[in-house]
Amino acid sequence: MKWRISKHQPGRRRFMRLMASTFIYAGMLVSASGLLGRRAMAVARQLTVAPGYDWTRHRWGFGVDATRCIGCLRCVEACKIENGVAQDASHFRTWVERYVYLKGKRKPLVDSQHDPGNIAASGSEKTYRFDNRYRDANIDKAFFVPKLCNQCEHPPCVQVCPVGATFRTPDGVVLIDHDYCIGCQYCVQACPYGVRLFNQAFGVTDKCTWCYHRVTRGLNPACVEVCPVEARIFGDQNDPESPISKFLRENRTRVLKPEMGTSPNVFYVGLDKEVM
Amino acid sequence: MEEAFVHAAPFTGYVFPNETDIPWSLMIVIYPYITGLVAGSFTVATFYHVFGVSRFKPVARFALLTSLSFMLFVPVPLLLHLGHPERALNVILTPHLTSAFAAFGFFAAFYVILVTLEIWFSYREDIVAWAQERNGWRGRFYRALTLGSYEISATTRTYDAKWIKALAVIGIVGAHGLHGYVGFVFGSLKSREWWGSDLMPAIFLVSAIVSGISILIVLYLLISRFRRTPIDKTCLKGLAYMLWGFLIFAMVLEFLEFANIVYKGREGVETIMALVAGPLWFGVWVLQVGGSVAAFFILTYVIWRGTQDRQLVIGVTVSALLMLIAVLAMRWNVVIGGQELSKTMHGLLYFYPPMLGREGLLATSIVFALPFGMLWLLTRLFPPWLPDARQT
Repeated sequence: MKWRISKHQPGRRRFMRLMASTFIYAGMLVSASGLLGRRAMAVARQLTVAPGYDWTRHRWGFGVDATRCIGCLRCVEACKIENGVAQDASHFRTWVERYVYLKGKRKPLVDSQHDPGNIAASGSEKTYRFDNRYRDANIDKAFFVPKLCNQCEHPPCVQVCPVGATFRTPDGVVLIDHDYCIGCQYCVQACPYGVRLFNQAFGVTDKCTWCYHRVTRGLNPACVEVCPVEARIFGDQNDPESPISKFLRENRTRVLKPEMGTSPNVFYVGLDKEVM
Repeated sequence: MEEAFVHAAPFTGYVFPNETDIPWSLMIVIYPYITGLVAGSFTVATFYHVFGVSRFKPVARFALLTSLSFMLFVPVPLLLHLGHPERALNVILTPHLTSAFAAFGFFAAFYVILVTLEIWFSYREDIVAWAQERNGWRGRFYRALTLGSYEISATTRTYDAKWIKALAVIGIVGAHGLHGYVGFVFGSLKSREWWGSDLMPAIFLVSAIVSGISILIVLYLLISRFRRTPIDKTCLKGLAYMLWGFLIFAMVLEFLEFANIVYKGREGVETIMALVAGPLWFGVWVLQVGGSVAAFFILTYVIWRGTQDRQLVIGVTVSALLMLIAVLAMRWNVVIGGQELSKTMHGLLYFYPPMLGREGLLATSIVFALPFGMLWLLTRLFPPWLPDARQT
């Protein structure tokens, strides 16, 4: 049998037929795997939004008055319980940092509740407290800084998500679709603030949502709710009388790592130059 | 649920709490390593197919098979790393185009198709011959691969050669694009000081070529030994020249990268110095720098003195092995090192790879062994070492 290469030929038709069937089989394979995937998805549904909530009518904002924080860590505990965050020292949606300048030192010592000394003091990774390591030290200055997701205007985590499973809502919160997240953790790498965490149990990334399920029902985030000294301030920036609007009006605030170009939406009062 | 509890990485200084659960581990170390071998071995093939360096003829087709074998397994470490591998297709079905990762599926698929076509065209004459010689399932296999055309003539030869060249030209862009892009995945992140560098894609690319040449040298020598066939010294020397050249290029780029960090001395540079003096010292100074410098001197000696025969073979082999280790160390130093340097720039983490588990040392070794199995299979099906008469 002899076929010519460049003119019309049955071989080309046969080839086309082969290609067509390949496409059909590939299509069947893709849809079959899609079905399997959907079944596996039904597990990690967590976030709920209040019925009838209109996310175009709000613009949430968060303030932190670091001068008020006493480092009691109730916020950390409340957050873990409210959001079902893994009860260990490697997974936090929010945390508190302690900065201590010893006398004569130009750089502070920094620790947080995941520090081995603090875990030892609390007795377990599931309870949170700062130990007394500076009891006899000669201290110049010391303060606490609560940290949480900054719900950035330009979130690098959203930028790098390969499937668009994480997104920014019109009311200004960065959320994750846990049914769509593939668990690559690129977003964990991309966040300059280290607020993203990986949920090993569900194989998806997790983060602070400002308790979206609560705020859309008119409640405060859990950490704001339990703070005994009002170091955490939350509200709707569209409402001039909301706590956050007042906080922003009455204070000169700044944000974390402004040089990253992320435009954070957590506004701080009482930050020190060494806060990272 | 047991595996839900991670072992937190130990740390010094201050690190953000979530950082103690290190996101990317061994699978993401060998992912760029394997991709690099793909790009590197393809580069060698193009030196013959496009640039007409005929001394590479003995390894040109083998280089293509090597490239394909590794490429077929590039997605494996990624899939093993994902929390939801069954959703991996979402990257292709609903790509989020601002993500550097979103293009991976397309890049990879495009490249696999391209190399497969390239191999098919360069084996077409052989496939036709085998289809007529062989019986049984192998005969059927080759007959299917002829796609119905058995004609071999001067016309088909020029036609095939034209395609081989065209595909190789596109392939250069494809293979190098693929690997430069892997560098971009790391280099484009502003959150990590150790990664976020403009030079990162170039460094990844050049070190990829170095590793690709090295693996071809090692495999070529091993297989020649195994098959008891003489080593083509001209070809080997050509590979040595190429390795030497790209090695110099890679070393200069890596030096410039580090020199930039040190000289600029931005905030947190002390922590970077502590990183290369601490958790990374062996990987950086002994394996990566030490290995590269040793290989450079050996190769320089071999080339300078015009070493021949046994000495040449030993010198080049040792250099190639050193570079295979050095490039693997470089991948570790980038991927793991970047995560050992805290985002606070005031603390270091220490990563100790687990032996078992989905991303443990054992699983990683198995994944890395798979392409070699595939390469063995491919060389059985498409022997690249045929008598010269039939090679294109």
